[in-house]
Amino acid sequence: MSVLVYTESEKGSFKKTALEVASYAKAIANQLGTTVTAIAINADDVSTLGNYGVDKVLSVKNAQLDKFNANAYAAAIKQAAESESSKVVVVSSSADSKYLAPLLAVGLNAGYASNVVEAPSNTSPFTVKRSAFTNKAFEIAQINTDVKIVGVSNNSFGLVENSGSASAEDFSPSIPELGVTVESVDKATDKVTIADAEIVVSAGRGLKGPENWGMIEELADVLGAATACSKPVSDLGWRPHSEHVGQTGKPVASNLYIAIGISGAIQHLAGINASKVKVVINTDPEAPFFKAADYGVVGDAFQVVPELIEKLKAFKAQQ
Amino acid sequence: MKILVCISHVPDTTSKINFTDGDTKFDTNGVQFVINPNDEFGLTRAMWFKEKQGATVSVVNVGGAETEPTLRKALAIGADAAIRVNTPATDAFSVAKQLAKVVKDGGYDLVIAGRESIDYNGGMVPGMIAGLTEANFVNNCINLEVDGTSAKAIREIDGGKETVSTSLPLVIGGQKGLVEESDLRIPNMRGIMMARQKPLTVVEPIDVSAETTSVSFEKPIPKGAVTLVSPDNLDELVSLLHNEAKVI
Repeated sequence: MSVLVYTESEKGSFKKTALEVASYAKAIANQLGTTVTAIAINADDVSTLGNYGVDKVLSVKNAQLDKFNANAYAAAIKQAAESESSKVVVVSSSADSKYLAPLLAVGLNAGYASNVVEAPSNTSPFTVKRSAFTNKAFEIAQINTDVKIVGVSNNSFGLVENSGSASAEDFSPSIPELGVTVESVDKATDKVTIADAEIVVSAGRGLKGPENWGMIEELADVLGAATACSKPVSDLGWRPHSEHVGQTGKPVASNLYIAIGISGAIQHLAGINASKVKVVINTDPEAPFFKAADYGVVGDAFQVVPELIEKLKAFKAQQ
Repeated sequence: MKILVCISHVPDTTSKINFTDGDTKFDTNGVQFVINPNDEFGLTRAMWFKEKQGATVSVVNVGGAETEPTLRKALAIGADAAIRVNTPATDAFSVAKQLAKVVKDGGYDLVIAGRESIDYNGGMVPGMIAGLTEANFVNNCINLEVDGTSAKAIREIDGGKETVSTSLPLVIGGQKGLVEESDLRIPNMRGIMMARQKPLTVVEPIDVSAETTSVSFEKPIPKGAVTLVSPDNLDELVSLLHNEAKVI
């Protein structure tokens, strides 16, 4: 009956979202008066999960699962849920978890609520709050099935430390036919991704051209931030699509979002609305972004950004 | 190749979102409905398969009669036939079950759906169709080539992309990148006239139970006013972010 959580890892180490979903699973387990079991796939040190409320880890080591495969991962999680008789399965909102969760829902015949932003307000009926209409609203949804899947929105619940410890057990699920084979992966390994970033530095057409992104990247470096851009910038080909944030791009739920030379179209604001603190730098005091931001600087990015980089470097040096 | 493109009928991206009936229903008053943008990228890619590889393209929607103009628009863009499953789209799992039935009955080789709709943002219908029809599945698909029964796709992952090979029958969760914004087609008069002659079949739903239920909606708490900082005093901004917002 324990709550099962899929704790994602990369190159053997747990992602930050894994610790967040573990924390979330612990909150549900407390409500239900049960324990938390995690399933970890090819993770090195599973004991860290104990610090976030996990009681037991089903540790899968299988070379066939070195590369992510939604079918195989969903099958492994399904078997873990069955072996634990879990009624609630918790996953994150990473690209991989969102890929496998619908397959898992079919496999377990479970209702699945994605983009959930809070612990359940009630466990019977099982009621959760999820973001909808691209962050322009929240939906209160009820999951009616016996087995339930909750997809936790990134950076919505946070990490909750716990003094427990987790026991580890080897788990060897049977792996189905993969169906989809990874040929190659093209991923910048030295850069923080928009999904994982605590801080996102984003720029728009106000930058005038792709040659001016040097200062944006430098600002991101100083802050340990990911870089992002507005839709027109990606449509113009100044920056890759993978950086486009907004309603038809990637959603952002960082702690700090800094928008530079972005006017703040409704679609852009919707996509970044889940970020906790927003800063806008724009020459136009009438730009709609000022209505959505917490802090604003009316000024020329070409003057403000280099100066802000210097101030931040001085600040970091003092820390 | 027989392609089915799933079309969600959603409020235009510029819509103001409001609710009615004690915040239990989306207020459609004054809202313009469109083809879900992620679905439109997929539909446009399907047109490419039709023109270059002789595929036939059907479009499908689960919804009431009010969604037919959206299906007619898809026909005007160039789809050959449309199907409407005559039941309100309530929860994603039910919608996926209705669509899986259409997929099985029609024997489609390739099902293209948007990675998520921009209204409920569930992001689960394409994967559930794949699971229910036991087809291969590629989510967040930004490029797709089909040669015979084999397919090569590119999937967007967190921080990059991945090239995968797979085979038909295949379901993809598509998004921008399948085609570019500039490739999207505005129906011309000829397309609109032809769309009137194309078949739009209404099929009755199968009996399914709702796995999830929408109880009510809330709007985010309105924000306080912005704190403006002078561009000549950026130390203050750094200090506010550190001491007040506590984000650096």
